[in-house]
Amino acid sequence: MLDENIAELLAEKQKEISVSEFFERNKHVLGFDSPVKSLITAVKEGVDNALDACEEAGILPEIRVEIRKVEKNEYLIAIQDNGPGIVKRNIPKVFGQLLYGSRFHAIRQSRGQQGIGISGVVMCSQLTTGRPARILSKTAGKMAADEIILSIDTKHNRPEVVREDVVLWDEVEHGTRIEVYLRGRLIRGRQSVYEYLRRTAIVNPHAKITYIEEDRKYIFERATERLPKKTVEIKPHPYGVELGTLLKMIKHSKNRQINSFLMNEFSRVSPRVADEICSVAGIDQKKRPKEITVEEAKALINAMRKVRIMAPPSDCLSPIGAHLIKKGLRNVMEEYKPEYYVPPVTREPAVYSGNPFQVEVGMVYGGNLPKDQPVEILRFANRVPLLYQQGACAITHAIERIKWKQYGLEQRGGKGIPNGPAVILVHIASTRVPFTSEAKEAVADIPEIIEEIGKALKECARHLRFHIKKREKKKKVRDKFEIVQKIIPEIARKSAEIVGKPVPPIDRTITKIMGILWVDSVSEYGKGIYDVRIKVINYMEKRAKFSLYTEIERESIRDAEPEGRRSGRGIVWDISLKPTESLEIRLKLRGEKGDYDDIELYTDGINPVHVIGAEPLPGDWNVERAEIIEVME
Amino acid sequence: MTAESRNAVKSLESIAEEIYEEINKGMIPSMKIPVRTKNNIVFDIKHGVWKYGRNFGQRSAKKLDGAYMLLRTLYMLDFIKDMIAENKSSTLRELYYISEGWETAKFHSQDESNNLVEDLEIITRYMREDFKLRPEEDGARVIGNITINETNRKGVKKRINCRDDVGDSGYTVPYNVEKEKIEFVDVDADFVIAIETGGMFDRLVENGFDEKERAILVHLKGQPARSTRRLLKRMNEELNLPVVVFTDGDPWSFRIFASVAYGAIKTAHLSEYLATPTAEFVGITASDILNYELPTDKLNDRDIEALKAELSDPRFQTDFWISEIKAMLEIKKKAEQQALAKYGLDYVTDTYLPEKLQEIGII
Repeated sequence: MLDENIAELLAEKQKEISVSEFFERNKHVLGFDSPVKSLITAVKEGVDNALDACEEAGILPEIRVEIRKVEKNEYLIAIQDNGPGIVKRNIPKVFGQLLYGSRFHAIRQSRGQQGIGISGVVMCSQLTTGRPARILSKTAGKMAADEIILSIDTKHNRPEVVREDVVLWDEVEHGTRIEVYLRGRLIRGRQSVYEYLRRTAIVNPHAKITYIEEDRKYIFERATERLPKKTVEIKPHPYGVELGTLLKMIKHSKNRQINSFLMNEFSRVSPRVADEICSVAGIDQKKRPKEITVEEAKALINAMRKVRIMAPPSDCLSPIGAHLIKKGLRNVMEEYKPEYYVPPVTREPAVYSGNPFQVEVGMVYGGNLPKDQPVEILRFANRVPLLYQQGACAITHAIERIKWKQYGLEQRGGKGIPNGPAVILVHIASTRVPFTSEAKEAVADIPEIIEEIGKALKECARHLRFHIKKREKKKKVRDKFEIVQKIIPEIARKSAEIVGKPVPPIDRTITKIMGILWVDSVSEYGKGIYDVRIKVINYMEKRAKFSLYTEIERESIRDAEPEGRRSGRGIVWDISLKPTESLEIRLKLRGEKGDYDDIELYTDGINPVHVIGAEPLPGDWNVERAEIIEVME
Repeated sequence: MTAESRNAVKSLESIAEEIYEEINKGMIPSMKIPVRTKNNIVFDIKHGVWKYGRNFGQRSAKKLDGAYMLLRTLYMLDFIKDMIAENKSSTLRELYYISEGWETAKFHSQDESNNLVEDLEIITRYMREDFKLRPEEDGARVIGNITINETNRKGVKKRINCRDDVGDSGYTVPYNVEKEKIEFVDVDADFVIAIETGGMFDRLVENGFDEKERAILVHLKGQPARSTRRLLKRMNEELNLPVVVFTDGDPWSFRIFASVAYGAIKTAHLSEYLATPTAEFVGITASDILNYELPTDKLNDRDIEALKAELSDPRFQTDFWISEIKAMLEIKKKAEQQALAKYGLDYVTDTYLPEKLQEIGII
């Protein structure tokens, strides 16, 4: 006869192998499939946690990552933050139990949506090196930190405290530090820990990240004191729900009627919409959710797709914002001395299958960025860098679809990733970023998302084109200056020397080559006063008679030489210059630093195509600005 | 100073004069130079060679590059003038290094300075030798029963028989082969064969081809130097020796032949001195690759580009060349002249060349 305990025994055994075997089988999904990736994944999980913890507590994050080789292929990784710390009794569960945490079912934009979390790292560490993890945690107001040496009981997916202690830790007022040993390989380049942290710093400019790799130390300084907007949790939207989720929701629902279930558990479902869903599905609105069959649930899903429902709320999203993207990029790109940071674009929120999402794009151009290579693409999902699977990602595909040639970047055959000295940053924020696979390395080709990325890219690209055109014009002018200031005098001197005659006058030749009116200003600031010099040179063949305007607050003007006249919103000088004649105007202006670094200059009475360095006078110059005190309806 | 040099200096000075006057009149200085591409070469019926046509380009100080070129031109004029006055001469390479001291006017590569020297030749209609500029010795070689008088560096005339008075590597062609340097004394040969590669030249020497077929062997060393082409031209004109050119079978070798026979695009202003219009091609053709079943290499992208360019090169507009170039594009293969060794070391001298030479009636 069959032992009645055999099923129980088998069950025990199944459980026994489950956690570690699950891990082994799913290494690639969890991000531990190669020695190189293991290190990055560990750092990523730790840093994600650290950033989330700080932000939730409203603390400006200060994160420290250390990697040290302890043996061949074995590294000690430490990740430390200045977050609120974790109360002692929760430490084992947070770090020692897989899939523990509050974020698993929440619908909101969060980093933790990706990966299996820090406990996976502890598990991997244990499985590859046999060593337990060390956790230090100090909460506010405490003198000492809790130290816990932790391993995971893989039989039961349960944390096992090896040792605990109280230690002095005065490096931080409060915070958490985790140390694990991992088998791995440390490399440099595009898929390295350094690169991961560099990119993390770009999209998290509110964080200070210190990275210590062996004896090298890198610091990504904080670029802003502003914490990102806190994200709000939202209920799922009917357009995005899948059968399994719906069945689970129904099972756990406390509502007595299906229509109230729909209204209470979903966003944007009004009584009218709930009734409509029920009637399209052919289900009695008063039916108890518990009695809904799988068939009926399928009918509900189909009905949800057919009924018109308002888009989900988007205040659950926390984009980085144009201002901070620029700051973040500036913070880490300076080593390349880029000549232009394209104004970043943050699109309005949009929706795919009931999930709100928002696209942001930033671009950096020129300087020492490599000219004849494909542009560097920085991909981010919910502020987390994506380092792998670039070719399979919707972000890459959207970039490849743009006709970059018309925007000033090379593109072989008119398609594909463009070549040129540029970096393109794309960030997708969503309550649910659609990844191509569980590995969460590439965003899936959702038409709505590709379209939004495309629009944002084009907006940035237009700025880029404008910049490149302006630069070409500037170069032309610079060339001309080089010709007339450096080369023509030399040609005149040398030719005179050869033919044995006096050096000929070069003025008329110069005006023929230049054919422009040159206007330039330099500002110097010191002790509350701006010293501005405006230089005007007539490089045209004929006399230039025109008026030069500059916009300055009347109260700021301390001195002007020549004096000029007051007009409209500033000072006007009536100028007449013979060919090659020049004039210098000096202004002393009161102001704060930043007020007059770049003064606006306008000309009138001269064809603007001949003028370099000043804009044509706007039509409304002399119109006194009307002040509207109150608007009566 | 020779009369030629004095006139060359005058003509250089007139370039500076023109630039000076343009500035003096308030104009933008500029220089006119024939366009030096295949689109601007025309056939000169009188000399039977290709020369520059009437398309001129302007080098104006209005553009940055043009302005620099004008300044460099002036510096170069000045340098040449001084050099001639001091009775010195220099190599093109020395000239390039001297320009390092010209600050704003210095060149970025020797190609730039070499090109400018050619420009001056074109504008003044003098040769660089008149400017006391000379190329490096390039070491092309001659073996055959021809006797010459070479005036050596001590001014002594040396009588040399290019078969009996030289070693196996032959008589080395100096950079100047004009009459004041080399006089032909006597010749006992039926034709001149110019050979692209050193390996094939040595093969013909070893097989005694010069004596057996009464030939003068000239090694071209790739794209031949001016002096080599000039020597071929003089042997052809003054000694009435037919010239044949034996090269590899690829687009670059076709160009070697074209520069010997019709004139090179780069030196089209000197074609009438350098080109031998009656020269015949006995190198490897696409037909040979097929007929002789030669070992081949695949054409690479640059080869294909070059062949296509040749289809629109006016120098190649003959039935023979058009059909051979098209055939090569079709079979997508090229072959070296040494591929003939497939049939043994004597095959080229016993079979291939005699067949080819009979075909064109040389033997």
